[in-house]
Amino acid sequence: MGGAHRAVTGLRVALLLLIGAPVGLGAGLTALAALGWQPGLGGDLSLAGFAQALALPGIGRSLWLTLLTGLGATLIALALSVPLSGWLIGRAGAARVLAPLLAVPHAALALGLAFLLAPSGWIARLLAMPLGWSVPPAWPLPGDPWGGALIVGLVLKEVPFLLLVTLAAAAPRDIAAEMAVGRSLGYAPGRVWARLIWPQLYPALRLPLFITLSFALSVVDMALILGPSHPPTLVVQILRLLMAPDLALRVPASALALVLLGLIAGVVALWIGAERGVASLGRHMVRAGRRGRAWPGCAAAGAALGAGLPLLALAGLALWSVAGRWTFPQLWPEGPSLARWGRVDWSVLGTTLGLGVVVTALALALAVAVLEAEDRARRPLRIGALIVLPLLLPQIGFLQGLTSGFLVLGLPPGPGAVIWAELLFVFPYVLLALAGPWRALDPAHLRAAAGLGAGPWRVLGRIKLPLLQRPLMAAAAIGFAVSAAQYLAVLLPGAGRVAVLATEAVTLSSGADRRLAAVYGLLLALLPLLGFAAALVVPDWQARDRRGAGDGA
Amino acid sequence: MALELRDVTIAAPGAAQPLFAPIGLRIAAGEVLGVGAPSGMGKSSLIAAIAGHLPPGFTLHGQIALEGCDLRALPAERRGVGVMFQQAHLFAHLSIGDNLALALPPGVRGRAARQAAVVQALERAGLAGMAARAPASLSGGQRARVALMRALLAAPRALLLDEPFAALDPGLRAEMRGFVMAHLQAAQIPALLVSHDASDLAACARSLALRPFDSV
Repeated sequence: MGGAHRAVTGLRVALLLLIGAPVGLGAGLTALAALGWQPGLGGDLSLAGFAQALALPGIGRSLWLTLLTGLGATLIALALSVPLSGWLIGRAGAARVLAPLLAVPHAALALGLAFLLAPSGWIARLLAMPLGWSVPPAWPLPGDPWGGALIVGLVLKEVPFLLLVTLAAAAPRDIAAEMAVGRSLGYAPGRVWARLIWPQLYPALRLPLFITLSFALSVVDMALILGPSHPPTLVVQILRLLMAPDLALRVPASALALVLLGLIAGVVALWIGAERGVASLGRHMVRAGRRGRAWPGCAAAGAALGAGLPLLALAGLALWSVAGRWTFPQLWPEGPSLARWGRVDWSVLGTTLGLGVVVTALALALAVAVLEAEDRARRPLRIGALIVLPLLLPQIGFLQGLTSGFLVLGLPPGPGAVIWAELLFVFPYVLLALAGPWRALDPAHLRAAAGLGAGPWRVLGRIKLPLLQRPLMAAAAIGFAVSAAQYLAVLLPGAGRVAVLATEAVTLSSGADRRLAAVYGLLLALLPLLGFAAALVVPDWQARDRRGAGDGA
Repeated sequence: MALELRDVTIAAPGAAQPLFAPIGLRIAAGEVLGVGAPSGMGKSSLIAAIAGHLPPGFTLHGQIALEGCDLRALPAERRGVGVMFQQAHLFAHLSIGDNLALALPPGVRGRAARQAAVVQALERAGLAGMAARAPASLSGGQRARVALMRALLAAPRALLLDEPFAALDPGLRAEMRGFVMAHLQAAQIPALLVSHDASDLAACARSLALRPFDSV
C-alpha cells in the first residue's frame, strides 16, 4: 500500500505540473502583463494598461455585446434544453446522435452557418423565388452588429452539450416512475419534466452551465466568423491587440483579459444570485397546481430544427466546396468543380491529425494513470478543481501568458507548446468520458483475476483495458474532436507557425475565396466525425472476429 | 363509480404470448381489490396499463373503463387514476408541503384555501407541522404516508397501488396497511392493490390471482 500511496502522490504532483502549473503560470503572467510587466521586456507596474484599454474606441459597446451574446445564448440554450431533454429522455440512442453533433468543431459550424445566413446563402436564395429578388438582399449577415448570428451559432453548439449533460444527470434516476407519478396527478408530461423532474437534476447541471457561460462569453473562433466586427466582442478586441506587431499593445490586451475574467465572474455571481429567485418562483407556480397541457410535436419540431440547421450548414459547406459558378437566385451551383480541392495544403490536414493523435494519446495515458492510481490507492485522487480550471477560465485569460512563460522556460512557440496547451483542454474531457465506465467495472471480474494470482499490472493489461475497449475508443474520439476544435490553443502557443484546419478555416472565412474556405471547413467538420465512426466500428469489427473464431471452434 | 376491466391482456415487446391469462374484474367505489401474482408476471404492467403508462412496444388488448368511460382513449394525465409505488417518489427539490400542494386540483383556489388543505392532509397523516421539511429528512414510513396523501389530494377517481408496502420494515408494514385501508375507505373510490405478499392480499376485501397464460 505504501507504494500505491507514493504513486498517487507522484501522480498528483505530475498533474499539478502538467495542468495546474501552465494555467497558473499563464494567468499569472497575463495579470503581470496587464499591470505593465512582460517577461523579457520588463516594465513598471501600473494601472495604465487598464486606462488605455478602457479608453479604446467602442470598448463599452464591446462589453455590452459580449454580455448580450454570451449570456443571451446561454439562457436561450438552457431554455431550449429543458423541453428537448424531456423529449429525448424516453428515446434510446439519442445520446448516440448528440455526441457526433457535439463533435463538429465551432469553426466549421460557424463557417457553414455564415454561408447559410449570408445574403447569397441558401436562406436568401430560398426566399428570393417567392419574393422575386434578383439581387442578394442587403442584410448585414453574418456579423450583424447586434450579435444575432453569433447567438444562433452559440445556441446550436451549446444545446447538444447541455442535452448530453442533462441526460447523463438523469441516467441514474427512475425517470419513468417519476413521470408516472406526475402524470397520475394530472400534469402534462412536459410540465412534469420541467417543474418536477428537471429541477432535481439542476445541481448536476450547474458546473457544466458555468463552463458554458464562460465559454460563450469568451468564444473566439465563432465570434471571428459570425460576430460583429465594428466593434467586435471583447475577446476579439483582445486578440486584435495581441496580434498587433507592437508588443506594447499586449499590456492593454492583458488588461482587457482581466476585465473579461471579471465580467465572467460577475455573470456567474449574478447567475447564482438569480437561482434562488427562479427556484422560489418555480415553487410558487408548483403550489398553484396548474396542470399545463401537452404540446404535441413542438419538441420534435425543435429537435428537428436544432439538428437540421447544423446539418444544413454542413451540407452547404459540402456544396460550396465543389461549386462552380453559382449566380444569385439559383438554388444549385453549376459544377461540380474540384478546382479548390486541388489548392488544399494537405500538410495542414496532416498537422491537425498529428496533433490530435499525439494529444489524445497523452490524455488517454494520463487518464488511465489517474483512474488506475485511484483503484490501487482505493481512494479518489481529488483533482476535480485542477481539471475544471482550464475549462472554467477564459482561454484568452491565460494562453498568451502561458506562451510567453513557456518561452522563458525554454519552450519556444511551436508544435510542442501547442501540444501542451491542447492537453489542458483535451485531458478533462477524456478523463470525464472514461471515468464513468471505468468505475462501473464489475469488481468481481477483477477480484477473480487477482484470486488467480494476477498482479495489478496484469489485471490492468489483460482485464481492465480489454473490457474497456469501447469506452477507451469513445474517450479517444471525444479527445480527438476536442483537439481538432482548438483554435486559440493553436494560434497563440503556435505563434502563427502552426497551421491547422481550424486556424485556416477562420483565416479564410474573411477572405474572398468562399469555396476554398468551404473545403477547409468541411475537412474540419468531417475529421472528428471520422474519429467517432472509428470508435463505433472498430470494436464491433474486432468483436465479430472473436465471435467468428469462437463459432468455428 | 366503478373500475372495470374486461378480457385485458398485455404482451411484452416482441413476446409471442401475453404475460398473463385474460383478466376481468369490477371494483366498486370504496372497495379495495387485491391482485396477487409471483413477480415477473406483469402486475406492474397491469397497473401501468390502467394508469396509462405502459411503455411503448407493449401491446394491450381488452377494455378498461372507469365510471363507464373508456380509459384507453385518454392520456395518463387525464384519466384521473392515481398511483402509489413501492418507493414514495417525493420530488426532492420541493418541501413536504409543496409535494402535497402540487397535487391539489387547480380548482381549489386561493393561497389560503390551498394551504389549509395541505395542513389538514399533514394532520391526517400524523405529520402535523412538517410542511417545511425536506423529503429526505423523513423516515420511510413517513414518506409513504405523504405519498398516499399526495395521491388522494389530487382527488382521483380510482387509485392503483403497486407493492406499496414492500419497502417497509415488517413492523411498519401492518401499521401502514391499516393507515392506507382506512384512507381508501374514506375516499370512496375503487382501489386496486397488487402485491406478492399474502398478508397484504388478506387485508383486502376481495382478492384474485393473475394466472399464467398457459393455463387458459
